[in-house]
Amino acid sequence: MFAHIIQTLPQVLIDGLTLGAVYAIIALGYTMVYGILELINFAHGEIFMSGAFIGTAILIGLTGVGWIAAFPAVVTLILVLLITSVATGFLGMGIERVAYRPLRKSSKLITLITAIGMSFLLQDFVRFITELKNGNYIVNTPSLFSGKVSVSASSLSSSFDDATFKVTFIVVLIVALCLMIGLEIFVNRTKWGMAMRAVAQDPDTASLMSINVNKVISLTFFIGSALGGATGVLFALHYGTIDPYIGFILGLKAFTAAVLGGIGNIRGAMFGGLMLGILEMFAAANLSTITGNVLGAEYKDVFAFAILILVLIFKPEGLFGKAVTEKV
Amino acid sequence: MLSKKMLSILTTTVLSVGFVAGCGSNSTSGEDKGSNVIKIATQSPLSGGSATLGEAIKLGAQLALDEEKDTFKKLGYKLQLVPYDDQGDPKKGVANAQLIGSDKAVYGVIGHLNSGVTIPSSETYEKYSIPMISPASTATDVTDRKLKTVNRIVARDDFQGPAGAEYAVKELKAKNIFVIQDKTAYGQGLADAFKNAAEKEGAKIVGFEGITVGEKDFNGVLNQVSKEKPDLVYFGGLYAEGGLLIKQARDKGITAKFMGGDGLDSSTLVDIAGDAVKDTYLTSVAGDASKTQFAKDYEKKFNKKVESYSVYGYDSMKVMLQGIQKAIEDNDKKLPSHEAVRDAVRGIKEYKGELTQVGFDEKGDNKYAKIFIYKFDAPSYPAKLEGEISQ
Repeated sequence: MFAHIIQTLPQVLIDGLTLGAVYAIIALGYTMVYGILELINFAHGEIFMSGAFIGTAILIGLTGVGWIAAFPAVVTLILVLLITSVATGFLGMGIERVAYRPLRKSSKLITLITAIGMSFLLQDFVRFITELKNGNYIVNTPSLFSGKVSVSASSLSSSFDDATFKVTFIVVLIVALCLMIGLEIFVNRTKWGMAMRAVAQDPDTASLMSINVNKVISLTFFIGSALGGATGVLFALHYGTIDPYIGFILGLKAFTAAVLGGIGNIRGAMFGGLMLGILEMFAAANLSTITGNVLGAEYKDVFAFAILILVLIFKPEGLFGKAVTEKV
Repeated sequence: MLSKKMLSILTTTVLSVGFVAGCGSNSTSGEDKGSNVIKIATQSPLSGGSATLGEAIKLGAQLALDEEKDTFKKLGYKLQLVPYDDQGDPKKGVANAQLIGSDKAVYGVIGHLNSGVTIPSSETYEKYSIPMISPASTATDVTDRKLKTVNRIVARDDFQGPAGAEYAVKELKAKNIFVIQDKTAYGQGLADAFKNAAEKEGAKIVGFEGITVGEKDFNGVLNQVSKEKPDLVYFGGLYAEGGLLIKQARDKGITAKFMGGDGLDSSTLVDIAGDAVKDTYLTSVAGDASKTQFAKDYEKKFNKKVESYSVYGYDSMKVMLQGIQKAIEDNDKKLPSHEAVRDAVRGIKEYKGELTQVGFDEKGDNKYAKIFIYKFDAPSYPAKLEGEISQ
C-alpha cells in the first residue's frame, strides 16, 4: 500500500501544486477583503470566472489577427494578464461601489446576500454573452503554451514513478508566486499598503489620520479582483475549457483555503490554498488504496473538508491566524 | 390587539384574492377547450450544461409539430407547442410539470433529456394523466415503475451498458478496464450495468471511481488510471466532464481507449477534447440521422446541424400526435379525454419513424430500440458508426 502511494507521489504533488496555486491566489482576494471590511465577498469566484472569460476572449481575438504566431508566448501572456487584471480590477471596484458601499453601515448578513446576488448576476450575464456568440457556453481557450515535460523522478529514488506535466504548470506556478510576492511587498512596504493595514485595524481612527477610507477600500477591491482575474487567465490556459459556473466550486474551495490559513492573513491564504490543493489531489489518487476500495476518489472533498474541520477545532483561528481581536 | 386585527384582515384579503384568482384560471382553461387548441409541451434543458442536447429535442419536436399542423386543422384542431426549460434540474422539472398539469389544453409532453428529471416529473404527469414520451431518458427506473403515462423511444441502460461491455471485450479485446462515473442517476446506473456485464464477459475491472459534476480538474483520478495502465477507460457521465477527462488523460500520456455512453454523444465533446477525442468509442441510443431527409429539413429551418437527439424529438412528437389523432378519431372527432389519449399513445404498436421504429410494450419501453456504437477517428462530429446492436 505504501509503495503504491509513494510511487505516484511526484505526479500527485505536481497536480496538487497547480490546483493549489489556483486556490491560493483566489483565496488572497477573499482574505484581503475580509481583512479590511470583515466582509466575505462571495462574488469573488465570479470575478475569477469573468477573468477567465475576458482572457479567453482576448486570446481568441489575438489568434484571429495572427498575433499568437508572430509574438513570443511570454509577451502575449503578460499582455493578456495585464489587460484582464485591469478589467476585472475595475469590475471588482464597480461591484463594491454598487453592491457593498451603500450597505456598509447595515448588518453583515445583508451584504452577504447582495454578494450572493451579485455572483448570480455575473454568472448569467457571462452566460448570456457567450451564448449569444457561440450558442453554447462552454468555451475553449486557445493554447498558448504547448508541450510536456517529464520529470525522471525514478532516477532520484527507485521507489518513485516518473511524472509528467504540461508547460502551463510552470507558468501557473511562476505567475502565482510573482503575484503573491508582489502583494506581500505591496502590503508591507508601501504607503498604500500601510494605509490598508491601518483601515483594517480601525477605519474610524484611520480616517482621522487623513486616510481616505473609501479610496483604500476601492483599492483593496481593485487589487483583490485583479488577482482573481489573473488567476482566471491562468486557469483557462492550464485547463483549456471554461464555463460560467467554474467560479462557484472553486470560489468555495478557495474560501475554505482562506479559512484554513486563517482568514484575513495573506500568507495563511497562500499556504491554505496550496495545502488544500495537494490534499485534494492526494485523496483523489489514493483514497481507494488506503481504504481498500471502501471509499473512492469521489470522497476527496469530504477528506479535505474533514481535515479543515479538525484544524478548526484545534486551532479555530486557522493555521496562521492570531487568536486576538486584531484583524490583520 | 390592533396587529391581530390587521392580521385577520390581511388573511381574509389574501384568501379572497386567491379564491378569485383560482376561479379565473378555471374559466380561462374552459375557454381553451372551446377554441379546440391542443397543446403539446416539451421539457428539456434549454439552458445549463446540457443545453446543446436539450435544444435539439425541442427543435426536433417543433419540426414534427409544424409538419402535422395541417392534418389537425382538417380535424378542426389547432396544434400549439409549449416549450419548457427544465434546466436539467429535477426541482425545476417538477415545478414545470405542475404548470403543465394545470393547463387542461396540454395533451402530451415530449421530454425529458435527463433520467434524473424524468423520474420525479413523471409522477406529476401520471396524476394528471398526461402522456409523456421521452426521446432520451435511459435509466431503468423510468419505465420500471410501470406508470401508465410514461413512454420512451430509446433503449434502456440495462441494455446500453452491457452492449458497450460486449463490444469492449469482444471487439476491442479489452482485458483490464477502469470505470469512472459521475455519481448521477444516469452515470452511476450506466457504469454499474457496464461493469457487471464486462465482468461476466471475462474482463477485469481494475478500478471503479467517481468524480464530481462541475469540477474541472480530474488529475487525481487519472493518476490512478495511469498507475493501473488499463486497456480501456469507461466513463459513465455527460460530455462536459467526459471531454475534460479525455483531454486531461491524453495530456498525462494515458493511451488507453476511452468508451462512454450516450451522454458523450454531442458535438460539444469534440469541441472540448479536441484532438484528444481520437480513439474514443461511444455507445449511443441515438442513431446517425445526419443523412436523412429530416436532417436536411432541420438544417434548412433552424440553420443548425442536427444533434444526436434531434431526430428522436421529432419521432417522439410524431408518435405523440399519432396517438392524439387516433384518440380524436375514436371519439367521433370530438376532443378526447386525457385518459383516452394516454391509452392511445401507449397502444401504438407499429410506427415507422424517421430513424427508429416505435412500438411500446406494456411498460412503455420501445421494443425496437437499438444501441449504436460509434468511434471517433478524427476530431469531428458525428463520429463514425461502427455497428449496431438490437435487443
